Amino acid sequence: MEFDDTVAVGILHSLSGTMAISESTLSEVEKMAIGEINASGGVTVDGKTYEVTWIEEDGASDWPTFAEKAKKLIDQDQVPVVFGGWTSASRKAMLPVFEAKDAFLYYPIQYEGQECSRNIFYTGATPNQQAEPAVEFMFKESPVAGKPFFLVGSDYVFPRTSNTITKAQLASLGGQVVGEDYLPLGNTEVAPIIAKIKKALPDGGAIINTLNGDQNVAFFKQMQSAGLTPDNDYYVMSFSIAEVEIDTIGPEYLADHFAAWNFFQAIDTPASQKFTESFKAMYGEDRVTNDPMESAYNMVYLWKAGVEKANSFDDNLVREALIGVTFDAPQGPIEVMPNHHISQTVRIGQVTPDGQFAILSTSDGPISPQAWNQFEPSSKGYACDWSDPDKGEKYLL
Amino acid sequence: MTLFFESLFNGVAIGSVLLIAALGLAIVFGLMGVINLAHGELMMLGAYTTYVVQSIFKLPPLEPLFGAYIFVAVVVAFLVSGLVGLLLERSVIRRLYGRPLETLLATWGVSLILQQFVRTVPLAWSTGLWLAALLGLAGPPVVNRLWGPRQRPWLLRLGSWAVAMAVGVVSAAWIRGTLPKLARASARNVDVTAPRWLRGGLDLGDWTLPIPRLVIIGLTILAVLAVYWFLNRSLWGLRIRAVTQNRAMGDCLGIPTQAVDALTFAMGSGLAGVAGVAVSLLGSVGPNVGGDYIVGCFMVVVLGGVGSLWGAVVAAAGIGVLTDVIGAGRLLEIWPRMPAWLQGGVEFFATTSMARVLIFALIVVVLQVRPAGLFPQRGRMAET
Amino acid sequence: MANIRSRWPQLLLGVVGLALVVALPSLVSPFRLNLLGRYLSLAIVALGIDLIWGYTGLLSLGQGIFFALGGYGTAMHLQLNCHGCSRAPGGLPEFFGLYGVQQLPWFWEPFHSPWFTLLAIGLVPAAVAGLLGFLVFRNRIKGVYFSILTQAALLVFFNFFNGQQKLINGTNGLKTDLTRLLGLMVGSDTMQRYLFWLTVLLALLTWLLCRWLVRGRFGHALLAIRDDEARLRCLGYNPTPFKTMVFALAGALAGISGALYTVQSGIVSPQFMAAPFSIEMVIWVAVGGRGTLWGAMAGALVINMGKSLISEAWPQTWLFIQGGLFLLVVTTLQGGVVGWFQEGGPRRLLGRLGLRPRLSTYPALALETRQEGED
Repeated sequence: MEFDDTVAVGILHSLSGTMAISESTLSEVEKMAIGEINASGGVTVDGKTYEVTWIEEDGASDWPTFAEKAKKLIDQDQVPVVFGGWTSASRKAMLPVFEAKDAFLYYPIQYEGQECSRNIFYTGATPNQQAEPAVEFMFKESPVAGKPFFLVGSDYVFPRTSNTITKAQLASLGGQVVGEDYLPLGNTEVAPIIAKIKKALPDGGAIINTLNGDQNVAFFKQMQSAGLTPDNDYYVMSFSIAEVEIDTIGPEYLADHFAAWNFFQAIDTPASQKFTESFKAMYGEDRVTNDPMESAYNMVYLWKAGVEKANSFDDNLVREALIGVTFDAPQGPIEVMPNHHISQTVRIGQVTPDGQFAILSTSDGPISPQAWNQFEPSSKGYACDWSDPDKGEKYLL
Repeated sequence: MTLFFESLFNGVAIGSVLLIAALGLAIVFGLMGVINLAHGELMMLGAYTTYVVQSIFKLPPLEPLFGAYIFVAVVVAFLVSGLVGLLLERSVIRRLYGRPLETLLATWGVSLILQQFVRTVPLAWSTGLWLAALLGLAGPPVVNRLWGPRQRPWLLRLGSWAVAMAVGVVSAAWIRGTLPKLARASARNVDVTAPRWLRGGLDLGDWTLPIPRLVIIGLTILAVLAVYWFLNRSLWGLRIRAVTQNRAMGDCLGIPTQAVDALTFAMGSGLAGVAGVAVSLLGSVGPNVGGDYIVGCFMVVVLGGVGSLWGAVVAAAGIGVLTDVIGAGRLLEIWPRMPAWLQGGVEFFATTSMARVLIFALIVVVLQVRPAGLFPQRGRMAET
Repeated sequence: MANIRSRWPQLLLGVVGLALVVALPSLVSPFRLNLLGRYLSLAIVALGIDLIWGYTGLLSLGQGIFFALGGYGTAMHLQLNCHGCSRAPGGLPEFFGLYGVQQLPWFWEPFHSPWFTLLAIGLVPAAVAGLLGFLVFRNRIKGVYFSILTQAALLVFFNFFNGQQKLINGTNGLKTDLTRLLGLMVGSDTMQRYLFWLTVLLALLTWLLCRWLVRGRFGHALLAIRDDEARLRCLGYNPTPFKTMVFALAGALAGISGALYTVQSGIVSPQFMAAPFSIEMVIWVAVGGRGTLWGAMAGALVINMGKSLISEAWPQTWLFIQGGLFLLVVTTLQGGVVGWFQEGGPRRLLGRLGLRPRLSTYPALALETRQEGED
């Protein structure tokens, strides 16, 4: 295919270190989306067609490295956009860089909210698009409905903040939280946490799990051997376990536990199947797709749509043009909202023995994102709107 | 009473993982004065070996025996890490005896290389490479032993390496073909699935004992007894102890000191491999798995007293019980009417992260009082 | 006269260096300048390690503690004086809002003051190092035990900072790019240029200080401790105060280095106290050449630059190269690269390749230096 010019975008995920297990899949799927875009004629700006290429850097699961590499992509390589990050800690490390240099980051992971940067565009779920429906499901409809909750997480910003929200939400629902504990990143000695859960939930209950990466392996293996299994009324709702993680942990440890996402590989629509098939064709038949990958895939397409609508690669024009852009994503239709987040469909799934999810419930159409949480007292009543200069990052509704 | 037993069991369970991981280090550090920072990576090799063995046991002819793969894995992991340790000793460590700080730096370099190695080389090829190295090295001595010394040793060596290479390439290609999961290099962690009997818990009334933990405790006891027997009751153990106490004298008495060094290091490394099998039952297997354990291992060895096997046992058990008592907040149960100011402090430390802080701080304090550990070596050895 | 004449190459080098430093910001991109500034600040911590390891024989694997303490002090001050940043309720730094903290923890209070902060950057790490050193050295813990103890101390600090979200933002660390210093945004190119010059100046001053120290009586005492501590004791010296002082000094240097590194990288996080980073610091000194101040600085600069450039081009290979470098230095180049040159390594290499080295001076003199180097 003939192109008039090329444009290089930045890709910044961890290709080494503890997060590489999850993050490297995002880099793969972003390259796949770029390949698809090029195959269908590239990006058209001002009547010229551009072939999209990429410059990739390794964040190495280390937050200062993310900040450094972001600087490199912005200053040295002058890329118009960076697709990057997984952990909230890495996003928080990059945020000041993007704001100081007025550049643009696309961040694909469901996260804790309570943030709405002018320079970040969030394509993952906010708490009201994942965590809140999940907690409500556990409290009202799950096999352990009405039983007490225990919160487990890795020790960093996402689990801490997400659990603060969950506690506020459960307080308003009338649920009971009997304990919470955090495992330092890089530590896999979960025995004390399991002992605490056993003590706090003698007759079973709901466990909200925000552990990250390989800590989940130790957690689920030892939960099972300690007898804290679904058969004994211990159900875990995980916010960071998707198909890729099931593949690494092993479905025999996860069967019958729950997860909430916007996309599952099991979604039975042509768009979803096409996404999974293209990925398998490119990276191997034994591979699986999941929600963060779908989100990363969408954001490349949304960027293309934004650029073409703005008819420019300039950050400030694309930023304005993006609001209101829609895309027929594998999960269903999505739309970019004025708060730099997107409206998404919420689904609850249960792990099946073959390593997939059985989808138990699907929201009626896409749900609007809330950057500022409405359960947590400090942010209640606030919202974010970048389409109106008077409102901006945080304004009172 | 239940509380006491539960705490004791959990403590012993945590401690046994530390101990089995530290056992090889105790030998290498305690007897040879080598600070092996690659010890964690030798454990990682053991864990990956478990994964490979498990994958092979999932193939049809062996599938009925899947429940037993773990026993095969223990032996193979010992051999894999032991052989790598042997090569490491012959190529690098040998040049650094008597300079412990240099061994520390060099083995750190080795650990980086090993980590990157498992990320970039597919497991199929690693397996072939290991088989080739094993056959190539073991060939000549075995042939000599069976059929007497050869006339032309170089021909024998050449022949055995040629055979070894061929076997290596063929087996790597076979694994690539039959187990596609092992054909690709990956920085991602792999899934070691325990067989069904190893996954559940053992119910004792209202009390569940996790079976993997029991197996690890059993494995640790076996390993400690085996090491004790080997060092104190066998001929080579006698030689090792003799060389440790007085190398020059041992040399004069005809002990092959170089072989003793190589054997000691290989054994310590092999034990790391066994520890790798144990940790694969608990958590995830990936390039970073060794890093999680290495510092804890050193703490066990130093706290117990370098060169003291029983010191390491006591230190590991102590650290384990303390981790459970502090980290799970059991102090509040033991002493419910604790004064408020103390209670605040106890709650502050009752998380896994803060328990670690407190325990490491305690170790630093204990070493203030007993600089050579709980069970210091006496005599001339202690001075060097 | 003779003195000046024999020194003219050094003078020339100094002038060229100065011109380069002044002109550099307009020659290279802000990103490369920023990297260079950061690596220069790492050269300061390397100098400290050289003092305690190269000259005194104490291998500390815990310099990250002091490095991070300096960084945290700076970042806390900047976070408190961040005009125009978004704030948590009560005017606290933003992250406190995420964990519902209403009141500033007590140890943050003094960091409102810039003067206190400036002092604390050096003195807090020095005090911690001094205390730790005193306790360890008093008990005559040395050699590998000292190394392992410093690593244990590193882990204590790492886990503490990593786990305390409500006090210090835990794993996430503290960011400085959007804060203001003297009215300028810290992350702006202008500020970063000033910080680069400040780093060059401080690195130079540190080098001069270390040179002055190691050439004096203090330096001789350090060498004596390294080479034969027992004999020093027998001669009536107590090595403990010397060791404590030099360890505290290295701590202070690490603190200054950490502060400079933090403002230039925009973030300080517990990762600075992760065990691998502290070991890496030792590598820089080992590769550059322990016991030579130039070697330590050059090692820090060159290895870090190599790391950036190589990991940009081939991300997979860096660990292989780093590990290999380590093995090479430890097994064959024990004096590091600078040490190798000083010991006449190039000439020996040429000799081994069968080339007769060309002598640029009287044979007698060459012989002399050679003997000096080789014994």
